[in-house]
Amino acid sequence: MKSEKLRIALKNRKFKVGVAIIVFFALFALIGPLVTPFDQLGYYPVKLHKMLLLKRSTPNLPPMSHDVIYAPGREINVTHYLGTDSFGRDLYAQVVYGLRNSLIVGLIGGGIATFVGLTIGFLAGYRGGWTDEILMMITNIMLVIPTMALLIIIAAYMSTRGVIIESIIIGLTAWPWTARAIRAQTLSLKNREFVHLAKLAGLSDLKIIIGEILPNITSYVFMVFILQFGGAILAAIGLDFIGLGPTRGISLGIILQNAVLWNAINLGYWWWAIPPGLIIALFITGLYFVNIGLEEVFNPRLRRE
Amino acid sequence: MSELLKVEHLTKIFTSGFIGGFEIRAVDDVSFTIKKGEIVSLVGESGSGKTTIGKLILRLIQPTSGRILFEGKDILQMSKKELRENYYRQVQAVFQDPFASFNPLHPVDRAFDLISESYLTDVSRDERKELVRDALRQIGLNPDEVLGKFPHQLSGGQLQRILIARALLLKPKLLIADEIVSMLDASTRIDVLNLLGDFRDKYGTSVLFVTHDLALGYYISDTTIIMYRGTIVEMGDTEKVFQNPLHPYTRMLLESVPDLNVKWEFKGIEPEKEEGTVYSLQGCRYAPRCPRATRLCFVRRPELIEFEKNHWVACHFYY
Repeated sequence: MKSEKLRIALKNRKFKVGVAIIVFFALFALIGPLVTPFDQLGYYPVKLHKMLLLKRSTPNLPPMSHDVIYAPGREINVTHYLGTDSFGRDLYAQVVYGLRNSLIVGLIGGGIATFVGLTIGFLAGYRGGWTDEILMMITNIMLVIPTMALLIIIAAYMSTRGVIIESIIIGLTAWPWTARAIRAQTLSLKNREFVHLAKLAGLSDLKIIIGEILPNITSYVFMVFILQFGGAILAAIGLDFIGLGPTRGISLGIILQNAVLWNAINLGYWWWAIPPGLIIALFITGLYFVNIGLEEVFNPRLRRE
Repeated sequence: MSELLKVEHLTKIFTSGFIGGFEIRAVDDVSFTIKKGEIVSLVGESGSGKTTIGKLILRLIQPTSGRILFEGKDILQMSKKELRENYYRQVQAVFQDPFASFNPLHPVDRAFDLISESYLTDVSRDERKELVRDALRQIGLNPDEVLGKFPHQLSGGQLQRILIARALLLKPKLLIADEIVSMLDASTRIDVLNLLGDFRDKYGTSVLFVTHDLALGYYISDTTIIMYRGTIVEMGDTEKVFQNPLHPYTRMLLESVPDLNVKWEFKGIEPEKEEGTVYSLQGCRYAPRCPRATRLCFVRRPELIEFEKNHWVACHFYY
């Protein structure tokens, strides 16, 4: 049955295109940093005795331009694939490291949101009664609080923020819709007769949830994760863009923020703003393609064969 | 024969919503007993609360009030652990829809694996396999044909038999059979019913046979309970209830059984009019449909009285 689903999935063009885009960017984030001598902020690190000097290039170089970095005692020829920003920092290095961080945020943030949503949804739906009332009250409260405002407040209170902290904050605010959806599915599944029979077979609640209910909504969980993955990336970029991203390190959002702060577009430095924006757009598009493709795989009625 | 299960003043009220909701008395003050090795059929139309009673006995839902005594112990006082470790070892069930009774994602073997993991822990793996194959053979299935298959690859009749085999693997003291043949072909129904009878004879298993089909109830049971809208209207030895129906509802039901030799002819059976209000009725719930209803019927609820030995009826005409 698993291979059957995989066979249908591999026939689906949307799914294939989406996976291709995601795999391409994932490989880019993994391998890309290896081919640049610059660090994640775009400086050229030069070791001098025990000191680490961060050297810059000429500012505002367009893509594919060559430049020379003057280190003590030698001259280094470098190529800026995506040019440099107004501080002479390499943009290609910023973009690949930024993409890497964005993917980390997506995985951790989306993972946390999916996990918390699943747990709360299953508990509320399966246990019912007061457990349900209380959990759903919390969920509804989380739903009506504007997430962005909450994120801003939390982020503003922390003096140093890393990528991990950022993704945890995003994960812990993104779960309510998932919880509600999972609860609804659980409510309908828990009154199926096979769940009753599992109860009569002496299974504990946890075993019933994991063994009987969860397998029936795997497809849904999978899609929730993809949506949460994309949602977390976008939320992180939103935070970064308004200046509440990681205090150390780089992300696609921070590059965009800098580009806006230093009037890159007005001054004609399109290579500063376009590549990170394009990568975000393409990657999210890839995720949605996979999502739509999977929907067709899991729902036979949407399939065109 | 001694008592196995005793249900006392069982009531289940379903409410909808916290504020401004309405109530439905699905089961209203129901008492009856099931003796050891007895087949009791619980007959009623849809909405009569017969399935709810089955679920209450299985503790799948909580009653509003009343007691259920299994071998003298109140099962409503049992903890979840006690239910799991003790009660479900002795009380099993087969449900109406064989297709919904299997998790579509697992092979049918899982039904057996789950109960043997919980209850047959002292039996080795090979012996378990042999037990399962034995149980399948006993209900007339070829183990090689069904084991390892997915539910959608088998027919409803096969699945329902597998479920019976599953329940009977434990040789329970009580089996709740909730409409187990209503989704099956007419030709396989009798086979499945005979299986239940065989098991009663072999292992002394009591059966609560929930059905809406009078003929099936008559065919298999020793005792018949007729329910209407959550109350028992008539109960007693099957022969007595069917040969000498007392309650107007029972009579109406028996009249409405189609006869093979007779063409259809309208006999003036009053269809039901007031659907929702009947649950809040003060008096007899059948009164709005009853051709013999008097003012008293609408005002006071008739009690179950023993009209003759082992034959009870709840109707003002027999006081």
